[in-house]
This record gives sequence, structure tokens and C-alpha cells, in this order.
Amino acid sequence: MEMTGAEALIESLKKEGVEHIFGYPGGAVLPIYDVLFKEKAIKHILTRHEQGAAHAADGYARTTGKVGVCMATSGPGATNLTTGIATAYMDSVPIVAITGQVATPLIGRDSFQEADVTGITQPITKHNYLVKSAEDIPRVVKEAFHIAGTGRPGPVVIDIAKDAQINKLKFKYPEKLDLPGYKPTIKGHPRQIKAAAKMISIAKKPLIYAGGGAIASGATKELREFAEKLEIPVTTTMMGLGSFPADHELALHMLGMHGTAYANYAVQECDLLIAVGARFDDRVTGHLPSFAPKAKHIHIDIDPAEIGKNVRIDVPIVGDAKQTLKDLIAKIEPEKGKHVSWLKQIQEWKNKYPLTYKKNNQLKPQYVVEMIDQVTKGKAIICTEVGQNQMWAAQYYKFTRPRTWVSSGGLGTMGYGFPAAIGAQIGNPDAIVFDIAGDGSIQMNIQELATAVNNKLPIKIAVLNNCYLGMVRQWQELLYEKRYSATDLCNNPDLVKIAEAYGAAALRITKPEEVKPALEKALKIADRPVLLDFVVHKEENVFPFVPPGQAINQMLID
Amino acid sequence: MKHTISVIVENKPGVLQRVSGLFSRRGFNIESLAVGTAENPDISRMTIVVEGDEQTLEQITKQLYKQIDVLKVFDLPAEEAVERELALIKVHANEKTRTEITQIVDIFKAKIVDVAEDSLIIEISAEKDRVDNAQKLLEKFGIQELVRTGKIALQRGGKE
Repeated sequence: MEMTGAEALIESLKKEGVEHIFGYPGGAVLPIYDVLFKEKAIKHILTRHEQGAAHAADGYARTTGKVGVCMATSGPGATNLTTGIATAYMDSVPIVAITGQVATPLIGRDSFQEADVTGITQPITKHNYLVKSAEDIPRVVKEAFHIAGTGRPGPVVIDIAKDAQINKLKFKYPEKLDLPGYKPTIKGHPRQIKAAAKMISIAKKPLIYAGGGAIASGATKELREFAEKLEIPVTTTMMGLGSFPADHELALHMLGMHGTAYANYAVQECDLLIAVGARFDDRVTGHLPSFAPKAKHIHIDIDPAEIGKNVRIDVPIVGDAKQTLKDLIAKIEPEKGKHVSWLKQIQEWKNKYPLTYKKNNQLKPQYVVEMIDQVTKGKAIICTEVGQNQMWAAQYYKFTRPRTWVSSGGLGTMGYGFPAAIGAQIGNPDAIVFDIAGDGSIQMNIQELATAVNNKLPIKIAVLNNCYLGMVRQWQELLYEKRYSATDLCNNPDLVKIAEAYGAAALRITKPEEVKPALEKALKIADRPVLLDFVVHKEENVFPFVPPGQAINQMLID
Repeated sequence: MKHTISVIVENKPGVLQRVSGLFSRRGFNIESLAVGTAENPDISRMTIVVEGDEQTLEQITKQLYKQIDVLKVFDLPAEEAVERELALIKVHANEKTRTEITQIVDIFKAKIVDVAEDSLIIEISAEKDRVDNAQKLLEKFGIQELVRTGKIALQRGGKE
């Protein structure tokens, strides 16, 4: 069938099962938007900034497991997407970003709204394409979705020249892929599985360290079975929150810089560390040579380049986490009560160093998160911004299911959470979606209130408002003798009025006893977003805190 | 330690940028990079000389494999490979020095490919060390211009 490149693009997206595109139009994507105008099967969600579109596609992907799609015009449209693309890249999130490019005769001439998008995005994408010919569109779309969504997921950019959108082609969606250089290893090598099984069977103090890969591969059930069968405690990275139920007796919760004391002590004391889809990030390991000094290391990861990148590994297994755990479970015979003394030691740490904060009559941010957990019964999708709000959300919300924690881990992008919540709510219309925010971060993409209001999205934005860039202030307090350079936000605008101006509901909460009623009220609002401005204790800190460059058991506990 | 690695890539736009960009952003040191088409016009062969220990080499290999357009990566230890580098050296020459230069050219099995009144262009293709030596010996006559391709290499014996 003959059609234009733009029509072929939309047909191809439909073949890939795309139902939503988050985007923002402009000159170089006009032919595509013209096709979207009459398209019924794909809904376009107009954000108010391209960065919001990229984060929304990312939040959609993280919470649904599908590939998220965003779109922008050439030049500034595309460069505005880049923060979102880099965010997705660092956290291995499958998105396809479509950008318009100036027409091929204009490429390279510094034309109006021209930018070298494939050049700019090359280090922050799993792969990218510059499409100059309409005939290439179906093949490129098919490859892009396959590359984004398989193996270690990641963002793929398709930059399409305007003439390629206008020119005609005979549309035929390819059935087969021809990617000789791309063959992710799913099944771990049997010899490695055997070696790992042997190492696990002789370990006295084993510990599982699960990351985002456990969620990306859908390994939650297998992870739980593996841990329960072998009685091995589980700590998760921030990206791994939700991969193992926080209320499970084997759960040690998050490790690392703001991890629980008991998780960090367990890492330093264990004799076998089993990493499942985690990458030994510096926020996890602290001072690298001191990390897990007594342990042998097993590392399960689908990306071979992660193995041995930061830490020497005794038994590497390249493979999908779900498949590999299945194979491992089949290989090991459990012995009941084998790790009793190790589990007892961990329980002692849990009792002695619980996650806690000083409770008084002030409104504490940790209390707000605890109450959000309580009123949503741990079942909400929690998006966060970056900084103290993110860490308190990670520490005090009890995640029991995968794909309910949506936070920028690797890149640490402020302004991520709210647009990601928009994507999450579009992808999960029946879910309760929160954005736990700070007063700094929420102002980085606050324009998306218009998107949420226009689409009647009942997102709850819980701003933990301390009138500071809190995490930076905390570092300045603890490491720079309280020189609060450029972190005071005392002249913040009135966030309640801003929300109301956009047509959202808004509440201000200043006392602990107001928190629960306010949350309950917010949960009843179903037709628009609600901004909850929690005026919290200003100089509250996130603890535990491993100062940068220290071993992870060298924590400041309070 | 220096390693010579051979990288087989699909002949697609931007592939050289992908590979060279990878080296710079991951902090790997490239000593030389030579690229050209291989036995099949759809693929190119890059010969890259890198400096680094075994762990660095492993990371480089793995990171290269992550590129979609990279088909194969292998380390080429010197004893298992035929290695060559091509140099064109324009050297100052006059009636007095021309004979001596010609002798050096003969010793290195090089060629004189251009003769002018006061200069010669010498073409030499040899292992890197020999090219270095030839260059050194020619320096005393005054090298006017010089270009070297960087090392290319192929594994000896049967096909990899």
C-alpha cells in the first residue's frame, strides 16, 4: 500500500502496539502530527515541555513494562528531550523517542531548528537512527522497538528528516529483523550456573543484592522463591525497590548511601554476595575497595559489560535474571535452618538499628511518607523527584510489588517525578499515583500541571516543602560547616495558588494531625490532580548517611 | 600494556563516531585507529591500538560489543598476527644526500614514490617498529612532511 513516510510511521507504531504518544509538535514533525489528527488508535498527550514528554514516556514504560513513546520536533524540541533520554538510559528504561529533522537538503547547513540529534544522543541511547529515506521507516521502527525493549532495555532515538515524512513508499511491515550485531544472552551458561550453585551451597552468610534488572526481567516471583527456598536475606538497590516485598521477614530493604544500617552491616559481613540485575553503583558501594570485603561475588546480569566493571566477580552469569534464577532454583537443594545464626545476627541488627527519625510535634517529612503508605496500603505507584524527598520515599514507603517505584536513580534528574507520574497514570488509569516531591524539584516541571489537568489525571503531588534544596543543604550542613550556599528557597511562590491557577485542587498541611485527613481528602478527588503542600520541618536530614568516599558501614545514623 | 584489537562493524553511517566516541567517554586511550572496508563491502574492519591492562581490555571489548553495529571484536596478540603500518615520508634531499637516502630505502625495502629537486617521498610499509626506525634514520636529512596510517592487522592462518 502506498502512503507517506508519516503515515508509515504511525502504521508501524500501531503494529508495535503503541497506544499513547507523549509529545509536543513543531515545524519538522508537522506531517506526523497531521496524520495523528485523524488517528483513532493512538492517543497523543500534549505535554507543556518536551522534557515532560520524555519523562512521561519513561514513567509509562517503568510502570507498564511496555515501550514508552515520546515525540518532538527538530533542534530545541529534540534537545529538550535529551535529559529524559539520558534519565531512561541510566536506568535502563525502554523508550522510543521520535524527533523530526530538517529536510535532507538542509542537513548540515545550520538550518533553522537544526541540531545533530544522532550525534548529541549517541552516548545516551542504546541505539539511534537518522532516517533520510521514507522506505526505511518501517524497518527502523521495528528495529527500534526490538532494541529498546529486549536485552538490557534502553532508549532508542529515531530522527526522521522532514522529506522522509512527506515522501511516499510502499508500506510493508517487516516480519523479520536483521540485526546480526544484536543478540542478547538470555540463558545463563550451565557451567556458570553450576559453579554458582556450588558456591551458594557452601556459603554460611549469603546475601542477595537485587537491582532494577530483577524488575525489568519480571523476576519478582523467582527472586522470592529463591530467597525463601534457600533462606537468604535480600537487600535491594533503590532501583530494585518492589522486587522483593518490604514486609517479608527476609527483607533488609535498601542498601548504600541512604540504605538501612542493617542492610549495610549485612553487606560488610556476608561471605557471599549474589547480585541480581544490579551494577555496583557508587551510591551503593561507597568506598569501593572496602565494599563487601569478606564476600565472594556472584553477578547475574544480562549486560556482559556490567560484569567486572566496578567489582571483581568470582562467578559471573550473563543472562536474564528471571531465567537464571529459575535455573539456579532447580540446581540447589535447600537445607532447612542452614543459616540460622546468620539470620539471627541480621535480626539483631534490625532490632538494634531500625530505620527511624526523631518524633516530636513538628511535621516530619518521614511521617508524611509513612501516612501515604498507610492510606494507600502500600499499593500506590510512587513517583519521586530527586533529593531528600526521594530518599524518604524510598525508606518509608513499604513497596511490595514491582513497577510501583518510579524514580530517577542513575542520572538523578530533578523534575522527573511529576511528568513520570503523568505517564504512570495514563498507563495505569485505575492506580493511585503519587509524586513525592520537594519544593525545589516540583518547580522544575511544574508546567505539566496543565497536562495533568487537561487529561483529568488524579495524580497526588505531595510536596515535602522545607524551603530548601534539602539534600544539598544537608551536605552543606554536614560537610561544608553549614555554609548554605544557594540552597535557600525562602522566596518560593505559593504552590497552592499555582496549583489552583492551573485548575488543580490544592491543600496546605502544616500540622501532623492534618496529614491523614488531607491525604484521605486527596484520594477522593478523581477528576484532577491534587497538590498537597506539606510544610515540613526545615532542617530535617536523611539518615542513615554514608559520607561520600566512606565504607558503607561508616554511617551517620542520626 | 598495548593491545591491538580488530573490530568488525557493519558499514553504517555514524559507526566510526560510535566507536571513537565510546573510547573517549569511557576514558580508554586510543593510540591509533585505522578503518577501511573488509572482504565484504557491507562490513568494515577497524584496527585499534589501545593502552590498558587486562581488565581495561575486557571492558573495551564488552563495551564495543554493546554497540548494535559491532559484529565482532578480537584481541590480536603480536605473535598471532600480521601487522603493518604504512608511512609516507617527505624528506629533504640534495645531490649529496640522495645516495645515502636510497641506501636506507633499500635496507627497509621501502620505495621512493616521488622525486623533486630538493625532496623525495618515501613509502614504507612494515611493522610499526621498523617504520619508527626508518623514520628515525631519515630525520637527520630533514623530514618535511609525514603521514602514517596507524596499524592494521590480520590474524595469521585460518579465518577467525
